[in-house]
Amino acid sequence: MYNKGTIIPGLIIFVLFVTFPIWFNGLTTAGDLPKPELPPGGEKQCVESADYMRANHMQLLNEWRDNVLRDGNREILEIDGKKYPKGLQTACMACHSQKEKFCDSCHTYAAVEPYCWDCHLTPKETASKEAIH
Amino acid sequence: MDKQRRKFLKIAGASVVAGIGAPAIIKLTATPALASGHDAAAAGHEAIPAAGHGEQGGHGEAAPQGVRLGMVIDLRKMNDTPGLLDAAIASCIAAHNIPEFPNSKDEIKWIWKAPFSGVFPEHSSRHAAKKITDNPAVALCNHCDEPPCVRACPTQATFRNNANGVVAMDYHRCIGCRFCMAACPYGARSFNWYDPRPYIKKYNKDFPSRMKGVVEKCNFCSERLALGQEPACVESCRGTGAITFGDLNDPNSEVRQVLDKEFSIQRKPSAGTKPSVFYIV
Repeated sequence: MYNKGTIIPGLIIFVLFVTFPIWFNGLTTAGDLPKPELPPGGEKQCVESADYMRANHMQLLNEWRDNVLRDGNREILEIDGKKYPKGLQTACMACHSQKEKFCDSCHTYAAVEPYCWDCHLTPKETASKEAIH
Repeated sequence: MDKQRRKFLKIAGASVVAGIGAPAIIKLTATPALASGHDAAAAGHEAIPAAGHGEQGGHGEAAPQGVRLGMVIDLRKMNDTPGLLDAAIASCIAAHNIPEFPNSKDEIKWIWKAPFSGVFPEHSSRHAAKKITDNPAVALCNHCDEPPCVRACPTQATFRNNANGVVAMDYHRCIGCRFCMAACPYGARSFNWYDPRPYIKKYNKDFPSRMKGVVEKCNFCSERLALGQEPACVESCRGTGAITFGDLNDPNSEVRQVLDKEFSIQRKPSAGTKPSVFYIV
């Protein structure tokens, strides 16, 4: 083989470069599946099953939004004796009080930036302004 | 030959007259007001006792259906208690995470103070009573029956909730075009020129804030009504009778009883918006 000295190192560099995503995720924590932290209060029950919520929470939130704002249907859901007033702040964040450790863990992994928190307040945010007064 | 032409012209003339005249006749007979005038008049007559106070302009109007939330503000009582209005405004600010911008041009107004002549340009007079000129009047969204802001909104972000007559905002849909602000004759809508968060003094954890670039306004405390509470401003005036809140379509409601007793005015009645907020001065 001619030019063995350049071809073989070149091939090695090429293969390393092409497989970069695979070995990078293997060696670092960047590729690990996110582990959202469960509610600090230890709640196990949600409005739907965990699988359903994982896949469809965004549709559910949109549905609630339309129910509450557009249809004026602010009926409080009651599941197994626990009351859920429809709303991100009133129902979801009452248990999942740590947005940074719950919501963000998957959203960051999936590189999605939902605009919920442009307006809706996280418990951490509310706490920051309750202290002033 | 001559005779045939004469006959042809006669038929053609008659056809033209029939062609022009027939639609007019059909139109006349099809209009319910003319065709069945007696029935409509009878229905209107029945509606009058039920319509009552709020429908002064109700000539030939249909009887009101369902709930229409409204408010009566008694400015005399409001001014009798110093600080009452401030308390009402403060409770609204606290309940809805309303920012307080330092520049009055950026002010976010849900319920606010304004001079009488500004709130009631059609009612103000040169020699108004001293209590009128010395005290501020209260203004808030009128939750009109014919809301011009709703007509102007290109995204239906603002709409009239037909279940209770509240003119509501869906901030998720607002694109910040401010057409509604131009349309509202009462200045009841405010635009967030800046991120409101740094200017909110204290957060209510059960209510969202707004973001830069959306319009906001009074929502008649829809979120509190759902929990069976009174609107925040009404609650802070409780016991004074300064603000009465209830269903304008229910002749036995508290608002209707106040309205039946006292002379009340509305803001800019000539705008034809049919406000749900009434004032006793």
